Amino acid sequence: MTELSKSGAAVGGPTTASPSTAFLEVRDLKVHFPTDDGLVKSVDGLSFKLEKGKTLGIVGESGSGKSVTSLGIMGLHTAGQYGKRKAQISGEIWLDGTELLSADPDHVRKLRGRHMAMIFQDPLSALHPYYTIGQQIVEAYRIHHNVDKKTARRRAVEMLDRVGIPQPDKRVDSYPHEFSGGMRQRAMIAMSLVNNPELLIADEPTTALDVTVQAQILDLIRDLQKEFGSAVVIITHDLGVVAELADDILVMYGGRCVERGPAEKVFYEPRHPYTWGLLGSMPRLDREQQERLIPVKGSPPSLINVPSGCAFNPRCPYADVPKDNATRTVRPELTEVGSRHWAACHMSQEQRERIWTEEIAPKL
Amino acid sequence: MTTQRTSGRRKQAVAAAAVVAALLTTAACGGGDDSGDKGSKSGAAGFDAANNKVAQASQAKKGGTLRFGGAQDADSWDTTRGYYGFMWDFSRYYSRQLVTNKPAPGKEGATVTPDLATDVAKVSDDGKTYTYTLRDGITWEDGKPITSKDVKYGIERVWAQDVLSGGPTYLKEVLDPKDEYQGPYKDKSADKLGLKAIDTPDDKTIVFHLPKANSDFEDMLALTSGSPVRQDKDTKSKYQLRPFSSGPYKFESYNPNKDLTLVRNTEWKQASDPVRKAYPDKITVKFFTNANELDQRLINGDLDLDINQTGLSPQGRTTALKQHKENLDNPVSGFIRYATFPQIVKPFDNIHCRKAVIYGADHVSLQTARGGPLAGGDIGTNMLPPAVPGAEGQSYDPYELAGANKSGSAAKAKEELKACGQPNGFKTTIAVRNNKPVEVATAQSMQASLKKVGINAEIDQYDGSQYGGIIGSPANVKKKGYGIIIMGWGPDFPSAQGYGAPLWDSRYILESGNNNFAMIDDKSVDGLFDQFSTTLDAAGKTKIATELNHKIMDGAYYLPFVFEKFVNWRSSNLANVYTSDGYSGMYDFVNLGLKNPK
Amino acid sequence: MLAYLIRRLFAAAVMLVVIILVVFGIFFLVPKWAGVDIATSFVGKQADPAAVEAVRVKLGLNDPIYAQVWEFFKGIFAGRTYAAGGDVTHCAAPCFGYSFRTEQAIWPVLTDRFPVTLGLALGAAVLWLIFGVAAGVLSALKRGSLWDRGAMVIALSGVSLPIYFTGMIALSVFAFSLKWFDAEYVPLSENFGSWFGGMILPWITLAFLYAAMYARITRATMLEILGEDYIRTARAKGLREQTVIGKHAMRSTMTPILTMLGMDLGALIGGAVLTESTFNLPGLGREVLTAIKTQDLPIILGVVLITSLAVLIANLVVDILYAVIDPRVRLA
Repeated sequence: MTELSKSGAAVGGPTTASPSTAFLEVRDLKVHFPTDDGLVKSVDGLSFKLEKGKTLGIVGESGSGKSVTSLGIMGLHTAGQYGKRKAQISGEIWLDGTELLSADPDHVRKLRGRHMAMIFQDPLSALHPYYTIGQQIVEAYRIHHNVDKKTARRRAVEMLDRVGIPQPDKRVDSYPHEFSGGMRQRAMIAMSLVNNPELLIADEPTTALDVTVQAQILDLIRDLQKEFGSAVVIITHDLGVVAELADDILVMYGGRCVERGPAEKVFYEPRHPYTWGLLGSMPRLDREQQERLIPVKGSPPSLINVPSGCAFNPRCPYADVPKDNATRTVRPELTEVGSRHWAACHMSQEQRERIWTEEIAPKL
Repeated sequence: MTTQRTSGRRKQAVAAAAVVAALLTTAACGGGDDSGDKGSKSGAAGFDAANNKVAQASQAKKGGTLRFGGAQDADSWDTTRGYYGFMWDFSRYYSRQLVTNKPAPGKEGATVTPDLATDVAKVSDDGKTYTYTLRDGITWEDGKPITSKDVKYGIERVWAQDVLSGGPTYLKEVLDPKDEYQGPYKDKSADKLGLKAIDTPDDKTIVFHLPKANSDFEDMLALTSGSPVRQDKDTKSKYQLRPFSSGPYKFESYNPNKDLTLVRNTEWKQASDPVRKAYPDKITVKFFTNANELDQRLINGDLDLDINQTGLSPQGRTTALKQHKENLDNPVSGFIRYATFPQIVKPFDNIHCRKAVIYGADHVSLQTARGGPLAGGDIGTNMLPPAVPGAEGQSYDPYELAGANKSGSAAKAKEELKACGQPNGFKTTIAVRNNKPVEVATAQSMQASLKKVGINAEIDQYDGSQYGGIIGSPANVKKKGYGIIIMGWGPDFPSAQGYGAPLWDSRYILESGNNNFAMIDDKSVDGLFDQFSTTLDAAGKTKIATELNHKIMDGAYYLPFVFEKFVNWRSSNLANVYTSDGYSGMYDFVNLGLKNPK
Repeated sequence: MLAYLIRRLFAAAVMLVVIILVVFGIFFLVPKWAGVDIATSFVGKQADPAAVEAVRVKLGLNDPIYAQVWEFFKGIFAGRTYAAGGDVTHCAAPCFGYSFRTEQAIWPVLTDRFPVTLGLALGAAVLWLIFGVAAGVLSALKRGSLWDRGAMVIALSGVSLPIYFTGMIALSVFAFSLKWFDAEYVPLSENFGSWFGGMILPWITLAFLYAAMYARITRATMLEILGEDYIRTARAKGLREQTVIGKHAMRSTMTPILTMLGMDLGALIGGAVLTESTFNLPGLGREVLTAIKTQDLPIILGVVLITSLAVLIANLVVDILYAVIDPRVRLA
């Protein structure tokens, strides 16, 4: 994880761009949806890199564009879009040396499930209710491997065993509704990993689960990542989920990245008021007084009429700290605030350091 | 989605109702001019060419299949049980009677002619004994001869009303008024021929003994219910599915409400039958539930004629009148459509109030509601159908309904109201069958014109299929206050007695199933019926009929709407076609032939 | 699955008995309480008291109710004997009585008419399933396109236009004017070609209405299913789009379609009254229409029972298919 291309808008087209050397690199990704009310700019110029064996946590409220980003990487905005209102996608997504947005859709389809796989938020609705767990895993395996059903089934049982499902040879014939929530998510993970994908995207993998199961699932993802050596993107609204898992954290707000850096930096030296808010709303087991939990006030911005200036300004308690009114007129660019640590805020480094150490950190 | 499906269903239900309504309708609006049309390119005889005259008799050839279509099957093909006019007409294909209607057009068709018998009856002077001798060579479909005992057994079946209900019971009433005979199925005698009123001294002779003379007796014998039935072939209630033939054709197959096929009865001999020409080799009847499709097939030439003979439906009629007028006839049906005033409902006990309604109504608009001059008929001016001997048609018009008062006379109506003691009018209820849209239309027409003279009539649409218990029950009529009842009536056989007795004779007033809706209780009317029964000569009967009609009209018990007419279709391939008053203006089926047998 | 099947079968059998009881009640007991004499309405035009009494005896209307119910059941399962006025008739099982207008035994009439209606319903169902579902799926996939709008306008007209209207148009255009088809019914047993030719117009007309309904429901369901998470999962696995639509989405879309099909087929077998009347097909619907017109209660009763049975069987089949398609149902 090294440089961040800031001048994404200048990139003319994928063919003229220099190929990425990173395992996964997203350059100035824009995903816009035309609707009756106007253009929804779900993701508006996002860039990042991820290497194999590393984990990136993308954090943000719902509607911040994190899930859209993940679906964009998987190519799921174009596949299955029927009718006139298709998503408009621009930018570049490099996976292992291939640019996905300009690639043949059928080629991308073959990468899906094989080289990049996804774990969805709600395993009950994400698994087909009419097929057994085994059938669904076997299907995922056989589409990319030319093997007979028996072999595929053995593979499915093996995967179920590996994700910790008891009696996998029996449970393989169960239907999703016959599983508990945690078991379903394990099965979902087994299905995602059946092809040993190099990139695993987990979209809110634990949101639908209760706390104890959450920890188990997160442990499982970590263990499997070690075993397979994949790159993992975990998408969550809960910083706590990625606290121990992620190498890097990317905080999204209003379709853009507002802060990004190594996990320990983002946790202990955050440099964006929104990140502060997220930290404040994070339930922590070591917290002494629960009532000090401070949620981010207000609601996420409209993605059709994004507030001018800093998109976070209507909710930011420090919007008036910079005296030049730039907060409301100029969109802040990501600036390096530390080693491999970037944030997009109009306040000066000193102001932010001071506010963090004096006002925010003591309350957490 | 759910909503969508529901609305789809509802539409179907509505549509189903509409179809049912359309099927129940026989006539509605219509019109057109009467200008005749001689012959045509298609070979059809021309408009009204077969109405009361024979069309293209010489062109009939032997052979081929005569194709009937119909919207309604017969009530029963059992000769004892059928009551529909077309059934009586059609039944002559497979049944013969001692005497039958003469195969001739118009009025002549209403006279009787010998059939199984060598001659019409030898009647004793007192009019109580009728003797017939049977012809030679008359046979059943299995070749066995038809005997006088078969005729007697056939007539005896009329007594078995508990098993064979539905048909006319005149013979039973005339021959056994005290209801002594139990019918052949409960007959204790070995030969089951226990009816005392009929003697069969030998196989060729049959003698009828009437307890009381009845001048219409031979007309009654001419009905289909006078047909012979052979005891060993009598399947009782199931006889109607396969009657055993005495006529030129026999049943080949019959599926009720679906189809019927008759083929030649090879045992029948032309020489033994002076009545039936039996041109075609085969006769088929196909029943339709969709009257429009039936009309379409008639017009298309897929069928030769409508077995029901109740006229084309409005849509088909319009097309046919425009494009195929030469294939149409416009005969008088024998029915009179009318309103009648129960005297038990006030203020209709007063003749002036009855007259007020007669004068107040708009007769042209009533005729239009019935379907206009062609499909509805001529404005009715009295109560005797034109085909009945003694009828004078429109020339007898005591209330000038087709003349000066044809659009109603408010002045005269007001005058009558004053005389009735109701100068400001009154309120009453019109009872009309809900399953006859045309009758509902006439009720609405009456309601509108009566309102103008101050008579406010409400319309009550009752369940038409149950009319016998509703308007047929005087107690109910009184309770509901039905001052005006809309009905229609046609003669079973063209006789003032057959037509009028149930309507006008006080002795026919019943607690249920009553037809004397006006509750006419006039000893002089009853007397005329008695006199009619014993008058054997035709001229005398005619005179009494006329007198009866005048008496009824003088009493102002009825407001006639129309002398009903139909617009009937005849295919261009039909030959020897004529309407017969014996069958209420229907074509005489039994002598129809085809020009190009196929 | 077996337990489910047994449960359904048992429920169907119970329903059948209940239906017979209800039908019996409607036809024999309700008129009695309402003060209408069935015997009189059977006799018809001339209500001769002797005839009315004979019918009463014949029908057993003078017997106590339990005896009547027993005779009715006995007739259906073992046959019964009618006797009145010296006319004795044995009615073999399954005895639904005799038509009081035509004196035909009801059961042979029903078995004669049934194949006509079955042929009509099944033939039309094949057509409407193929065209309705295909049109619905295409519309959903090309949502908002000219094709989608066009198809849905046609579907709307198909749903709105009554059969007797489309039927009469079809008849007068294709049968009477163009003479492409012979609109005459020929029994299948007589000649397959003629039967098929005669059935084409009724099939198309009936299928037009239903295809429209099926297209609409297929489109709506498909659109709903395409938004499901598991469809996204299927794509995320790298499945081909035709597999995603044809296998994953279709299987879910089939569930409501199947439910509808079961109901519709059951109802149609009970009598496609309008289609049969319009095209003069001698099926159950036409038979019951005639019976209603002539107040022939035994025929109506027979058709109602057959209809109920058809709906019952159709529902049973749907329930079983449902369980095959949706494993969650098997537990229910």
